[in-house]
Amino acid sequence: MERNVYVYIFIMFAVTYTIRVLPLTLIRKPITNRFIRSFLYYVPYVTLAVMTFPDIIHSTSSVWSGLLALIAGAALAFSGRSLFTVAVLSCAAVFVSELFLL
Amino acid sequence: MHQENQSWFLRGMRDGVPIGLGYMAVAFTLGIAARNAGLTAFQATLASLLNNASAGEYAGFKVIEENAGYLAMVAMIVVANARYLLMSCALSQKISQETGLIHRMLVGFEVTDEVFGIEIATPGMLNPWYTYGAMTMAVPGWAIGTCFGVIMGNALPASVVSALSVGLFGMFIAIIVPPMRTNKVLAGLVPLAMVCSFVLSKLEPFASMASGMRVIILTVALSAGAAILFPVKEEEHGA
Repeated sequence: MERNVYVYIFIMFAVTYTIRVLPLTLIRKPITNRFIRSFLYYVPYVTLAVMTFPDIIHSTSSVWSGLLALIAGAALAFSGRSLFTVAVLSCAAVFVSELFLL
Repeated sequence: MHQENQSWFLRGMRDGVPIGLGYMAVAFTLGIAARNAGLTAFQATLASLLNNASAGEYAGFKVIEENAGYLAMVAMIVVANARYLLMSCALSQKISQETGLIHRMLVGFEVTDEVFGIEIATPGMLNPWYTYGAMTMAVPGWAIGTCFGVIMGNALPASVVSALSVGLFGMFIAIIVPPMRTNKVLAGLVPLAMVCSFVLSKLEPFASMASGMRVIILTVALSAGAAILFPVKEEEHGA
């Protein structure tokens, strides 16, 4: 079954906006349940990690350049470089390494 | 009061400039992902105008690419954007009690990693006009970058597209890696999540699932496990 792209986009908007606006409009007190607080704390890190690997090695022309981007990006982020710097230099790592790999 | 709002608006615009520029570059790579998923420039730009979310939009484009069900899209977006729920909770404490519903709804529209970062960094309570100022830079930057990514992704040589495709992952890495220095649980959890993700991408029955489903399963399982084994202490939860 072929689904409508605009319905997909509307669902993305509706769900994203609901997530963002509900706590701001409804919650006037802090969440006290420790499990929920902890769960919400870990979710972004796990999601982004899972989405990054192994997808990153399949997004480039060569598995090795993608792996290099991951290692370079992680090293730069670990040494405290800004989000923008990490993103740009990861791209540069792929570009330069593929000059030799391909 | 009007004077004060105006000054906060201008301050938001100023602080929003680097965010808007950074968004344009990163959204360019998101546009390439959208193009790979089969979206037109108009569709991708519309999605960016409405969503302003890197991981969320990337996840959504994957769902579109795989033509997965609408419910899969709902679940995927909830998981990919769950962190905004937490940020919105934090902002609800930062915004004055008297703030009206309309202001709350507008501020809620622009809960992103970076804008949230500058909002939390402002002294005292958040003036909504600060957010509106930042939005005048951030929202067009994100939408224009996405649009360019779809259009120019076609015109660029394959080597450049290959390189730019990792820009978004670079941004994800820049969010998840720095806290690993100070948080031992995250230092173990992030690599573990990557290893599990790799294993499940090879292991049946998970390997033949839509990749979005694997993300949901792993996120819920690993985050719940970590929350049970290593509950977060109050002070770690700031922002």
